[in-house]
Amino acid sequence: MRRAEIVTAFILGILSIYLMWKSGEAPDWNPDIARFDNIGLIEGEGPGSGFWPFWLSFIMLICSVWIGINWYRRTSPPSQSDEEFLDGYGRRMLFVVGGGLFGFLILIEIAGFYAAILAFMIYYVRFLGRHSWWATLSISFGLVIACFFFFDIAMRIVLPKGLSEPLFIPLYEMFL
Amino acid sequence: MDVIASLMNGILVALEPINLGLAIIGVIVGLFVGAMPGLGSVNGVAILLPFTFVIQGYTGGATSPMIFLASIYYGAMYGGAISSITLGIPGASTAVATTFDGRPLALAGKAHIALVAAALASFAGGTVSNVMFTAFAPLLAAVALSFGDPEVFALMLLAFATFVGLGGDDIPKTIFSICIGLVLATVGFDIVSGEPRLIFFDITGFSHGIRFLVLAIGVYGIGEMLWTINTSRHGSSMSNVDVTARAVIDAIKEFRHAWRGTVIGSFLGFFVGILPAAGATPGSLMAYGVAKLTSRNPNEYGKGSIDGVAAPEAANNSASTGAMLPMMTLGIPGSPTTAVLLAGMVIWGLQPGPLLFTDQPDFVWPLIGSFYISNVIAVLINLAFIPVFLWMLRMPFTILAPLIFVLSLVGTFAAYQDMFDVWLMVIVGVCAFFLRLLDYPVAPAVLAIVLGPIAEPKLRQSLLFSDGDFMIFFNRPIAGPITIIAIVLILLPLFKLIRDKIRQTA
Repeated sequence: MRRAEIVTAFILGILSIYLMWKSGEAPDWNPDIARFDNIGLIEGEGPGSGFWPFWLSFIMLICSVWIGINWYRRTSPPSQSDEEFLDGYGRRMLFVVGGGLFGFLILIEIAGFYAAILAFMIYYVRFLGRHSWWATLSISFGLVIACFFFFDIAMRIVLPKGLSEPLFIPLYEMFL
Repeated sequence: MDVIASLMNGILVALEPINLGLAIIGVIVGLFVGAMPGLGSVNGVAILLPFTFVIQGYTGGATSPMIFLASIYYGAMYGGAISSITLGIPGASTAVATTFDGRPLALAGKAHIALVAAALASFAGGTVSNVMFTAFAPLLAAVALSFGDPEVFALMLLAFATFVGLGGDDIPKTIFSICIGLVLATVGFDIVSGEPRLIFFDITGFSHGIRFLVLAIGVYGIGEMLWTINTSRHGSSMSNVDVTARAVIDAIKEFRHAWRGTVIGSFLGFFVGILPAAGATPGSLMAYGVAKLTSRNPNEYGKGSIDGVAAPEAANNSASTGAMLPMMTLGIPGSPTTAVLLAGMVIWGLQPGPLLFTDQPDFVWPLIGSFYISNVIAVLINLAFIPVFLWMLRMPFTILAPLIFVLSLVGTFAAYQDMFDVWLMVIVGVCAFFLRLLDYPVAPAVLAIVLGPIAEPKLRQSLLFSDGDFMIFFNRPIAGPITIIAIVLILLPLFKLIRDKIRQTA
């Protein structure tokens, strides 16, 4: 945990510097404005567009240094801890659950929301949760049907269908 | 006496069978829409606005359609707390602060106490705001107008300061969390100059800005679930919740411990609600901050304080009525939902403004009467359904967790219909999980992304007005004291540190 604390503070410090640099960016359409011209007060216009994000990012940078000092002085709980940042269970959980979530997202892009919901629910309920096939399929199909009628039919919010689009055309003809 | 007589007449009209029926349907629809992650009162009101023309065609006036829309608004305010507490995903932005303590209570197997506190506090908030609305509408509208840009910015500063001064968390991490939320709120086009800002890697998705719900659902839907799965390795005590009617009755008795948060939320929420450009979300977050600020046990907040549920819930209901006030008396909507309601009123030929109360009493008083009726209907329906909401928590965690993940993704898409937001939400959730492992508080970042788009223009307009002089925040009669209190709160941890050092050396 102690090493993770200082590595994170370092990454957040770099992020703060990047945000400061990015905040000072001038718009492409106006070549007369130099970088960081927008972070102060502009005559007759008040603070420029980069004023607020730049100085906030500067405060973030100070906080990152402060977190680093606390780490050195061992005054924050994570800087005193000898525990692992993420133990074996945590790493496995992140891989199967987090990985499953990203798989879910990729599947939405290909096969649409409803097919992806079905696949993700079967993956989680049956293979991670070890519930029976009957429970798995009834929950998974029940959720897909409920979502379809709530979002697509009642609220008129059409969820992306991807490759599964043709399967829904008869349903639209029936209910819309 | 005129006011009381007019209100009584209004309530009688609101109790007519057609209006009562519409109010009941509206509350149920609102409750359901509000409870669905990603959808809030604005979705319900906007989607059902065309339906009100059918109602108008049937009833022949603007009163019944407006009662229907106002009751959806009411129901949604109650509904937002349901998913915040049971699933840990804020149903709408107005219910984010409810998640701070509602979720820990649910995880401890006390979801029934949180749900009852939310319902009763909402009822109290709604009642207080209705009374204030009825009695002081024109006067309060004038007070709201006296709040200029420096005053509103000072209020925002106070909200951030309560997190720093009384957060109980690591100070640099809390300040970092607030600042990153504020910076993320600036992504997109600058509304003052029209210049693009922080469009990372020229990805077009960033040009519309990082939306509040993307961050809130990412942090509380994905991040919170990953955290729960990682920490509750042998199952969560959430599923031990008592779902009997007896438990609900016991929880009603417990509500006496939430009186302070309820009172603070009811009054503060109403006041923030009437401020133009504020609304129920800042109202609920500020009520949470002030309840914590004035509490004898501020350390309990964030860990399952019943006051921490009551304060934001009373406030968001109170603020939602408060937001109607500038809409009706000045024609200025205080929130996105009231903007849609305003559009409805204009379509039906009504002219919101100072003369509405005198020119259209047949419309105004039944509408105000319906606020009282909708509030009673909403609390009764909510309390009756609590065992059903609790039943969800009895599900095995390996079923509840994927349901929450699915609702987080679907809810985010439904809110903005943009897959970029869904990807961003999951990435935010994973980052929030890692930061939480290292004790970075995430609630201040969520608060900041809500208040950032209000705070920044107010700061810039104030400085434009004062020609860059920051004293504008100190030398005005309302802004000055608020700013000084905020600065004292920010410096409070430093005072405590100095005091401890002195004690150690003595």
